[in-house]
Amino acid sequence: MKVRVHVSLKPGVLDPQGRAVHHALEGLGFAGVRDVRVGRLIELDVADDTPDEALEAMCRDLLANMVIEDYRIETPARAAAATSGEPG
Amino acid sequence: MAFRAAVITFPGSNCDRDLAVALETVSGTPALRVWHGDTALPDRLDLIGLPGGFSYGDYLRSGAMAAHSPVMRAVKAAAEAGVPVLGVCNGFQVLTEAGLLPGALMRNAGQTFICRTVPLRVESTRSLFTAGYAPGQVIRIPVAHHDGNYFADADTLDRLEGEGRIAFRYLDACNGSQRDIAGVLDASGRVLGMMPHPERAMEDEQGGRDGRALFEAAVRGLVSA
Repeated sequence: MKVRVHVSLKPGVLDPQGRAVHHALEGLGFAGVRDVRVGRLIELDVADDTPDEALEAMCRDLLANMVIEDYRIETPARAAAATSGEPG
Repeated sequence: MAFRAAVITFPGSNCDRDLAVALETVSGTPALRVWHGDTALPDRLDLIGLPGGFSYGDYLRSGAMAAHSPVMRAVKAAAEAGVPVLGVCNGFQVLTEAGLLPGALMRNAGQTFICRTVPLRVESTRSLFTAGYAPGQVIRIPVAHHDGNYFADADTLDRLEGEGRIAFRYLDACNGSQRDIAGVLDASGRVLGMMPHPERAMEDEQGGRDGRALFEAAVRGLVSA
C-alpha cells in the first residue's frame, strides 16, 4: 500500500524557506501570492495490513518533529473516502 | 581517579576529534571514542560528548537520524542515570531530536550558513558546564551552522527562563533563535546543548580561549564530586 505523509510547519512557526520562495516568486513577476509555506512529502510503501496506529507512530517518532511540525497521512482508503465525499 | 569522557562519532560527525582534544587538554586523559552503532557505552563515564558535524548528512532534519541510532539508547539511559552530556552544534540538534532537551533547531532565519566568532552572554552559572564563568560574562565563541534557529513554544521558553535553564544567549541575533537562545540545560542542569563551539576556542592560536572554562569547570566539578 502506498502511503503519503505530508509534513508541514505548524501554523505560527516562522518559515524562512517559505518566505524566501515567496520573495523569489514575486521577483519572477507572479502577483497575488499571499503566503508560501514549504513542507515535505514522504512516500512510503508499506504492508497492506499496516494499522493506522503504526503509521501515526512513525510520524510522531521520526517523520515529523512534533515541536515544530504537523503531519497528515494519506492512505488509499482515506483518499477514496475523500473523493466519494464520505468522511475520512 | 582519571577523568573518563566518551565522545560519540556518528557518520558525518566532523568535530568529534576537536571535542576529544579539548577534553584531553583540560583533563589530561584521552577521551574514549564511541561509534554510533555501539549499543553500550564504556562503564563509569564522567561525561558524554556529542560532537558537531552533519550526522547522516542532515537527512530528514538535522540530528533526527542520529537521535535514533543504537548508541543513543545508551546515552539516554546514562543521562537519566545522571551522567553529564554536552552536545555541541549537531550534538545539540541530536539532543533536542532525542527529547533530552526541549525545543527544536530550525533553518537559520537568514537562510545562510553562519561561520564566525560571536559574542555570547553567560546566563546561568549554576550548571556543571557554566560554573567557570561569571554571571552575565560575555565570551566569544565560534558558531558554524545552518540550522541553529532555536524554537520552542512560549510556555516552554518561559519555563526555561524561570528555571534558569538558558545557559547562553547571543548578543547579536545571528540566526533568528527565539529569545536569542544559544544554549539550554535540561532540568537536572547536567545536560547542555549549545550551537556555538567551545572546543574551537581553547587556544590563542584558534583566535581565543573563552571555551576552555567550560571544559575546565566540567572536569573540576566531576573530579571533585
